[in-house]
Amino acid sequence: MTAAAVPLVCWLEECRKESVPLVGGKCSSLGELINAGVRVPPGFALTTEGYRRFMAEAGLQREVARDLEHLDVDDLEALERTSAAIRARIESAPFTRELEDLVAERYRRLGVRCCMPALPVAVRSSATAEDLPDASFAGQQDTYLWIRGVDEVLHHMRRCISSLYSARAVAYRARHRVGDDQLAISVGVQKMARAYTAGVMFTLHPANGDRSVIVIDSNFGFGESVVSGEVTPDHFVVNKVTLDIIDRTISQKEMAYVVDGRTHTSRATEVPLERQRIQSLLDDEITQLAWMGKRIEQHYGRPMDIEWAVDKDIAAGGSIFILQARPETVWSARQAPATGPTSAMDYILANMLAGKRVG
Amino acid sequence: MKFPDPHEVKARTIPGTEGWERMYPYQYQFVTDDPVRGRYEKETFWFNDGLHYPEPLYPFDTIWDEAWYLALSQYNNRIFMVPPVRGVDHRVINGYMYISPVPVKDPAEIGKRVPHFMERAGFYFKNWDALEKKWVAKMEATIRELEALKIPTLGEMEELSVVTDAVGESQGYHLLKNYDDLINLGIKCWQYHFEFLNLGYAAYVFFLDFMQKQFPSMPTQRVTQMISGIDVIMYRPDEELKKLAKLAVDSRIDGALTNGGDWGAVEAGLRKDPRAKDWLSALEKSRQPWFNVSTGTGWFHHDRSWNDQMSVPLAGIKTYIEKLRQGVSIERPIEKVRAERDRITAEYRGLLPDDASRKQFDELLGCAKTVFPYVENHLFYVEHWFHSLFWNKVREVGAILARHGVIGEVEDVWLLRRDEIKSALWDVVTAWATGVTPRGTTTWPKEIAWRKGVMQKFKEWSAPPAIGTAPEVIQEPFTIVLWGVTNKSLADWAAVQDHKDPSRMNELKGFAGSPGVVEGKARVCRTVAEVSALQEGEILVAPTTSPSWAPAFAKIKACVTDVGGVMSHAAIVCREYGLPAVVGTGHATKIIQSGMKVRVDGSTGVITLVR
Repeated sequence: MTAAAVPLVCWLEECRKESVPLVGGKCSSLGELINAGVRVPPGFALTTEGYRRFMAEAGLQREVARDLEHLDVDDLEALERTSAAIRARIESAPFTRELEDLVAERYRRLGVRCCMPALPVAVRSSATAEDLPDASFAGQQDTYLWIRGVDEVLHHMRRCISSLYSARAVAYRARHRVGDDQLAISVGVQKMARAYTAGVMFTLHPANGDRSVIVIDSNFGFGESVVSGEVTPDHFVVNKVTLDIIDRTISQKEMAYVVDGRTHTSRATEVPLERQRIQSLLDDEITQLAWMGKRIEQHYGRPMDIEWAVDKDIAAGGSIFILQARPETVWSARQAPATGPTSAMDYILANMLAGKRVG
Repeated sequence: MKFPDPHEVKARTIPGTEGWERMYPYQYQFVTDDPVRGRYEKETFWFNDGLHYPEPLYPFDTIWDEAWYLALSQYNNRIFMVPPVRGVDHRVINGYMYISPVPVKDPAEIGKRVPHFMERAGFYFKNWDALEKKWVAKMEATIRELEALKIPTLGEMEELSVVTDAVGESQGYHLLKNYDDLINLGIKCWQYHFEFLNLGYAAYVFFLDFMQKQFPSMPTQRVTQMISGIDVIMYRPDEELKKLAKLAVDSRIDGALTNGGDWGAVEAGLRKDPRAKDWLSALEKSRQPWFNVSTGTGWFHHDRSWNDQMSVPLAGIKTYIEKLRQGVSIERPIEKVRAERDRITAEYRGLLPDDASRKQFDELLGCAKTVFPYVENHLFYVEHWFHSLFWNKVREVGAILARHGVIGEVEDVWLLRRDEIKSALWDVVTAWATGVTPRGTTTWPKEIAWRKGVMQKFKEWSAPPAIGTAPEVIQEPFTIVLWGVTNKSLADWAAVQDHKDPSRMNELKGFAGSPGVVEGKARVCRTVAEVSALQEGEILVAPTTSPSWAPAFAKIKACVTDVGGVMSHAAIVCREYGLPAVVGTGHATKIIQSGMKVRVDGSTGVITLVR
């Protein structure tokens, strides 16, 4: 394949499962979701080809190779020093005009799509080797939130790229004799979901592995508070087959993460007392979200662990977004005890003998 | 889990009811004068059979309790040899029935019972459809026998033919004999009642159990939904009303039905109208047997049939005529129900982890579908058709006792045990033969007056849901599926016991009977006669419902009952009509009042009262 045939940037909706070598695991997964009919915040990706072009045109590949040539990775001080030097080099290297224009054009069009100039976006690395047992091979899972303006976007793209050379990643590759020529990374740029409410969703019951339900945890603001366990979130259990809400617990949610208008970062804040016991997700939204969870599970053919948000900027009805979807690992890894099917009679007898516990 | 000591509960006799024990069979009593039996009673778990007896039992009505005490137990313990359980034991306190499954404790004995169970129950499961056909024939023959049974009256002088035909027997003798025959037919009918039911419930309960092991959060109603949409005769009485409504509209006599006043006046009007000829003969066909459907569960003498109370089917026909006039379809949305059933079945099946469990699922679902029609249909044959005719035969006996002054009026007969009636008949018959006054004319009326007072006091007593000591494991299929005795229900019962002030409750819990959420105005109907007050779009709150309530379901938008599980009539009908239902709430009719705004969540089983 010639370089010209491979895009340097592409929209998320152009990504597919097969796109992992081009846009990494995260972006290809987002593209898959969009194409499965699931709503995902819009965005684009700098492809691995774009990454290579950047490294080559800025002459970085040669310089980095030279820096690493005599490094003893067991010398921790030297390792840290070299890693910092390489990262600084990458972060200060310019993009070529062509690449810069391509990114700027996508960012501008994304702003137009979302009806918002200087659109706040999330910039995150999307590694090509995420599925390997030790993802540190490919660098940190870097994510930068609330990035505005094309210069900032470019800057944080470089920071994502430089994460390939964190001390840990460098040491890992040296020990496992993975050559830098196999390295590639993609960077995703996605509209920041301005979360009114956010949280996580499992397409099975995390407590008992029941695959007939979808369990949703939610709190006001960004999902951070739910993921980190800083609050007891509202808890909903939805029947996967009928999408009925079969159980709900409304908790007292004392804090939430909201965006700070000045610093453009999220910060913890106290939820006003009168809102603490209000259900953070409407019944209609619960049903819609569960429907999306079901679609995602069907698409991947396995139970999933999903992050989602309800966006403030977008009118109700179209405001629920899926931020991330990963395969559920705990229950999926568990093998059911292997018992062959028996006749109804045998089953009845066996279970009658076991009885039903009441106390 | 600890519940009140049965002997202590019984010892707190309601003042004025001392000696009530004589109204029930002696073996039903909790006793303290027999240390072995007393200890067994203390260590056993007894729960109130509120499903069948929401009210205290009249002495005569105890007949069906005795009948199933025998029948259920013998099929478990002596016929099918269900390995881990014997029968279900019975006791009574203040007219309320307490029952308890009896386990087989010795593991060696359980093991010995296994091969017999496999052979015997296996035979029934294997030949289910053919045996069920035989069952219908046996049952119909029994009903024909009952219909043919005469309760002779005692005349001044026997017919001349008694002499000329050399009969050699008097009407007095026939009265005694036929009363025995009547009772025996009733007991026989209940022998048949349980012929398939234990196994049917077992098939059903373990399918349920399989699904809930696979999907711990799966609501029971979703499992039962998988066997919905199967044709059962329980719907027939209601279908007959629809047919008659359509025929009335087509024959242009619908006005006579809707404006004609009570049934007597309507019928008189129709007899004069030549256009009504076909309709009247169609009605006669519907009445036998379908209008033998009871307006209650059929378990009590006061549950009269449609044939006894023609105003009830008339009200149903009127409802359907109104719907037809408005151009609304009155068909059951059976295709929709089946499509949804198939979708749900396929989706749950798809969620099973592997092919082995999918095969097990198919096997158990197939078995549950085989048994389902019997589990539903026996109700019409026994509790409705047979019972409706039976109660009226006993009324004929009551009429004789009343005529001879032993009881004040026909309806007093229910205050006597069935063996006391036999004694009273002997008293009447010998006095009639001899030409003297029966002794009972002075003793029974006094006793009956006292018993009426006792019954009233019993009704005001609130029976604890459970007494004795809870076991760790329950294996008896009826106990699990029919009465829903599980960890959760025990905890709920304990919670209800603790709630002192029902007027301040704003939430009620029951079984999620049929999915969906609606809010609306409640209408409490304690009997089917009160259904006429129902307005379009109200939420029906009833002690329990039965097939004769069917027309009510065409008007309401949700249903709530005091008694019943997810397989109860209200739950099944609501699933068919796509209406939310919460069943088995324990006391909704006592707490909810007509006109109150309530929110019924048929998916979670919660009713919220908007006070």
